[in-house]
Amino acid sequence: MRFEGRCWKFGDNIPTDRLVKSRYVFEPMEEIVKHVLEDLNPAFPVEVRPGDVVVAGRHFGQSSGRAIATKALRATGIGCVVAGTFARTFYRNCFEIGLPALEIEGIADLVSDGDQVGVDVARGTFTNLTTGVTRTVPPADPFLLEMLQEGGLIKLAARRPELFGSEAVRSS
Amino acid sequence: MTKTFAQKALERASGETGLVPGQIVDAYPDLYMSHTASWRCIRTLERMGVDTLYDVDRIAMVMDHISPANSAKTAGDHRLCREFAERMGVSKFYDVNAGIAHVVLMENGHIRPGQLIIGTDSHSTIYGALGAFGTGVGFSEITAAWVTGKLWLRVPESIKIVIEGPLPPGTHPKDIMLRLIGDLTADGATYCSVEFHGSYVESLSVSERMTLCNLAMEMGAKNAFVPPDDVTRRYLADAGVEPDGYEELLPDAGAEYRQVVDLDGRALAPQIAVPHTVDNVVPVDEVAGTRLNQVFIGSCANAKYDDLVIAAEVLAGNKVAPGVRLIVTPASSTVMSKAASDGVLSTLIEAGATITNPGCGACAGNGGAMADGEVTLSTANRNFQGRMGSYQSQIYLSSPATAAASAIRGSITNPQDVLR
Repeated sequence: MRFEGRCWKFGDNIPTDRLVKSRYVFEPMEEIVKHVLEDLNPAFPVEVRPGDVVVAGRHFGQSSGRAIATKALRATGIGCVVAGTFARTFYRNCFEIGLPALEIEGIADLVSDGDQVGVDVARGTFTNLTTGVTRTVPPADPFLLEMLQEGGLIKLAARRPELFGSEAVRSS
Repeated sequence: MTKTFAQKALERASGETGLVPGQIVDAYPDLYMSHTASWRCIRTLERMGVDTLYDVDRIAMVMDHISPANSAKTAGDHRLCREFAERMGVSKFYDVNAGIAHVVLMENGHIRPGQLIIGTDSHSTIYGALGAFGTGVGFSEITAAWVTGKLWLRVPESIKIVIEGPLPPGTHPKDIMLRLIGDLTADGATYCSVEFHGSYVESLSVSERMTLCNLAMEMGAKNAFVPPDDVTRRYLADAGVEPDGYEELLPDAGAEYRQVVDLDGRALAPQIAVPHTVDNVVPVDEVAGTRLNQVFIGSCANAKYDDLVIAAEVLAGNKVAPGVRLIVTPASSTVMSKAASDGVLSTLIEAGATITNPGCGACAGNGGAMADGEVTLSTANRNFQGRMGSYQSQIYLSSPATAAASAIRGSITNPQDVLR
């Protein structure tokens, strides 16, 4: 899960309502993807290239837990999203649908929009190739990394049903 | 080792002991709630090619976000859910007449102290009002839980919030929560379990505790919690839940908290969230006089029976200002029925309110949209730009008392000025 590309930088507390506005929620993905984050940077949905990296400040993806926000971001073709912190429903949804996400405290201070960056989500490494600054953090739990590698929860369940097997101990 | 509520609840749900914050566990929820978008879960299940469910009695479906159907597509989605519930024997299926999932499930005795509840809605934190651990997850995760019975959860750190009361007349749980969200900010409790304690919390009804726990999500909380007590037990008994049907979990004295927040509510003035974030909070007086086009009393935060009573008390004998739309959407059919039988609805209608069917209504973008440049004062829990129609419109958030007082004047009004 290594990605190298242009850094698209966004600020703090970006709500899912700004990733995908209410009026597009029920549109087909081909339409939704043309408008992702357009109010914050109109160039983003137009110029984003496969493998590019979204870097944001604190609490990225706050508000509604609508998975369409993560799906739309993935549909833009970005390699991964890196943020200082994530809203928890957004973070969960990233793994659920297979959008690589990495949390690095203060990351937004280390990049400018348009920098070239390299990210290895499985190793927890981030390099600003433009400035040479690097950061390393503990990667996510192996089970979660496997979920990302497979493209999300349902694809993982389909390929490795034993992970979801029935050693189930009922809790009540 | 002393433990917080979250540690105890996740130990119970995972069967593991000695859990510490940061650890990831496999937990077995007692209930999986999904709302209107349950159709997504059903389609995912079909794609997985699975037809054996872990425990159908743990599935709850409530058709609340778009109700009744507003298009042929939605009608088809509803039908898919209805037929699935019938075919699989989902007894906790509630159709478009029932109301908002969170409120309906609590009223019907499906939420109990100590339980782990997951829901396809971020405001699932509300179940803490009955001493349960409620948290929001995605649709695929609900589908996976239908099949496997489990999901991964990170053991959260906890924040203890101690609120002393009573509050001054005209102020309510919504005002306390707006102040807290303003102080702690929208990410002040991210990933955390938020416990509410103190004399004020103890004095509240379950409905009022729902407002606290619901809005904890707007500080980023993973779940919220109010310790079960006699108030909880009476509510559960009224909902037909036997005392031996649940196990109360309480945090240990001396449990470890990331942060303890003491809040004295005794001098609190009515609060309001101004556009376009929930943590942009000021006293109502600071923005008093702001012209309004619409007032919305609805949502899982503030459209329960006591919320409607508060609004009716303010509106009784008054009229909604000319040119202002007052939309009231009761949280559930039970709430609506009670408000109809004791005259609360008549009072609201006589004042000029439009009463809609129970459900999420305008909060979920289902009716109540605004045109360019318009302003709504809402009792809901979110005011992000474009959430209610035009992107060039504004949403303020307040208590039902402030909303009702403002509807009379046609501009943002401190309810204490009207009650005086």
